[in-house]
Amino acid sequence: MTDCTAAKQGPEGHAKDRQGVTLHAEWTKLRSSPEVPWLLLAVVATTVAVSLTTSALAPAGDGADPVRVSLTGIQLGQAVAAVFAILTIGGEYGTGMIRTTLAAMPRRTAVLAAKATVVAGAVLVAGAIAVPASLLFSPLPLGDGPVLRAAAGSVLYLALIALLGLGLGTAVRNPTVAAGLLLGLLYVAPLLISAFADPDWRRHLEQIAPTSAGLAIQATTGLDALAIGPWQGLGVLAAWAAGALLIGGLLLHFRDA
Amino acid sequence: MTGFLRLVHAEFTKLRTVRGWIVGLILAVAAMTGLGVLPGMSGGCNRSDSHCVLPVGPGGEEVTDQFTYVHQALAGDGSLTVRVASLAGAAAGGEVPRLAPWAKAGLLIKDGTRPGSAYAAVLLTGAHGVRMQYDFTHDRAGAAGVSGSRWLRLTRTGDTITGEESADGTAWTTVGTARLPGLPATAQAGLFVTSPQYAEQVGVAGAMGGPTRATAAFDHVARQGAWAGAEWTTDSIGDGAAELGGPAASDAHGGPAASGPGRDEAPTVERSGDTFTLSGSGDIAPAVAGAAGIGVTISQTLVGTFAALLFLVVIGAMFVAAEYRRGLIRTTLAAAAGRGRVLAAKAVVLGAVTFAAGLVAAAIVVTVGQRVLRANGVYVHPASAFTEVRVVVGTAALLAVAAVFALALGVLLRRGTLAVTAAVALVVLPYLLAMTVLPAGAAQWLLRVSPAAAFALQQSTPQYPQVANLYTPPNGYFPLPPWAGFAVLAAWAAVALAAATILIRRRDA
Repeated sequence: MTDCTAAKQGPEGHAKDRQGVTLHAEWTKLRSSPEVPWLLLAVVATTVAVSLTTSALAPAGDGADPVRVSLTGIQLGQAVAAVFAILTIGGEYGTGMIRTTLAAMPRRTAVLAAKATVVAGAVLVAGAIAVPASLLFSPLPLGDGPVLRAAAGSVLYLALIALLGLGLGTAVRNPTVAAGLLLGLLYVAPLLISAFADPDWRRHLEQIAPTSAGLAIQATTGLDALAIGPWQGLGVLAAWAAGALLIGGLLLHFRDA
Repeated sequence: MTGFLRLVHAEFTKLRTVRGWIVGLILAVAAMTGLGVLPGMSGGCNRSDSHCVLPVGPGGEEVTDQFTYVHQALAGDGSLTVRVASLAGAAAGGEVPRLAPWAKAGLLIKDGTRPGSAYAAVLLTGAHGVRMQYDFTHDRAGAAGVSGSRWLRLTRTGDTITGEESADGTAWTTVGTARLPGLPATAQAGLFVTSPQYAEQVGVAGAMGGPTRATAAFDHVARQGAWAGAEWTTDSIGDGAAELGGPAASDAHGGPAASGPGRDEAPTVERSGDTFTLSGSGDIAPAVAGAAGIGVTISQTLVGTFAALLFLVVIGAMFVAAEYRRGLIRTTLAAAAGRGRVLAAKAVVLGAVTFAAGLVAAAIVVTVGQRVLRANGVYVHPASAFTEVRVVVGTAALLAVAAVFALALGVLLRRGTLAVTAAVALVVLPYLLAMTVLPAGAAQWLLRVSPAAAFALQQSTPQYPQVANLYTPPNGYFPLPPWAGFAVLAAWAAVALAAATILIRRRDA
């Protein structure tokens, strides 16, 4: 309740305190929503289930990257993480709650920043459980440099995809349409890129598409053949997430809710 | 029944009056046509000819017919016996010498030396034992596990050709017989060698390949019957045939960059006494698309299906989820006689509209798209009209059933966002994983059980066991036959729809 006292200090209250209140409010909304624990559980469950099934049924051979195969579940878990993020903002638009939120906290970009912090934190926790669990039965040494990079990077990847979803959900407002757009970026874009005949074009597109660039973080073999380096790839995804949040924030700021 | 028609009409009115959904339908058709028709995929024949023409076999299919042939005329009935003393791989274009599993050496009778003409052959292969093959698509196995050396005999009696094999030249067993109706009285018969392109997996979705060569030594050549002359003629059948390039890419979709049955070194024939040594490169087989083949298939034009699928799945999910969100579902269910009938009416309207949209888009890309590819110089395997209709109607059916699947998920989950995610994760994600991440075994398993199996409808060229190729999902070959794959998706949709019908009846709206 100390946060509420801080709020009562009114306009003279420190900016840091106000941000603390906004953050606390977002955390309370997230915590009390009936869907959130299920969605976060689903992020962990889908990631681990798909990863373990794939590593059990398809031991990496045929030139496949063993770490990438062990972390196949991220491919499904990312969609759940994105939906989770889209619903945290889209749900408010659906119920009209967004108007109450913005009336109580008129600094709209601060609201989005608080949402982003809470969403990213929640997904980071889910990812930090899901990724090590996915690698549980894998013979790969987790302490090994590239494996550790792939594991830690996959957790960050999930959080960045969630932030991309949050930005998109804020900009589009209709959560179903936002989910369709995001799934297009996640799943359909790589398929369309692979159909490009010109290898140079394909390489450039793989360097800028969020998933093909971002998932480079999982590669441990054939690094030379990658379109983009692991960390640079994650940087590209971070730029996508930042861009989506920026557009979402601007639209939220200038548009009627 | 009129009550149900009225429901269908009501649902159709809902669908066509929501502007966003109509825009979505138009975008779905536009995305699919645009992606199928616009991309500037290019490629070309490696020859200066502007025509890429493959020989056509007796069955009307396009074939590869390229081999080294030592032959003479056989005017009537007769037989030819020979011992293949050795069969080995030879270096081609700087590659390490290796014997291709489907390298072929043996006896062959043919209607002249024109590529694509009727033939029958009994032959020893690199790793598939002795075979009797005729007219490109027919293949019968003889003794397995034979390699290196074998006695072979080919006998003509009227229009029936019999192939026999023996380990020692005395005890003979029949490998198979072939009827070649229309084989002229005077045909060419003799010894041949050829060796097909190889292809191997690089990583998960990549492929590389190139030409191979084989060398075989023949001795104990014995002729019986109506042989016309005593002179052997050497020919390189199909040499200078159009060497066809796929798109200029070395990957799963275009075939190896080192395209075409290569001819890095000229075929050779040497004769010392009774022993003939032939070397050659090429194949006598139906032409295939993919890593070890040439060109692309009409499926290449349908890449936009995924974009269209996404739009239609979103519409399908919103078609019911929007009613839950706004509370309209309570009005809808109160106004109708039965809740199950409401769901059925929604499924009928959505299925019909999305089928029509998919049909228009698929028909445009398959007809116009392959012309665009050909105009760009890409060799596109022609598909029969029957296959084209199956691909077009199948793609439309796939899109319609996927949309209905999303509708059923929308009822089950009551949230459009969740329904769209579930539908895309079930239909598109398995396909993506099979194409990019998973090893071939897991990819094929996934494309048998997941709704993505329905993409088998888009495979337009058959798989030939006797043609070496990478028959894997990234190369456009699916583990299930087209309509069996569709049945898997339909079963998923039917189960979801049944569960939705039960739930919509029992649950408070």
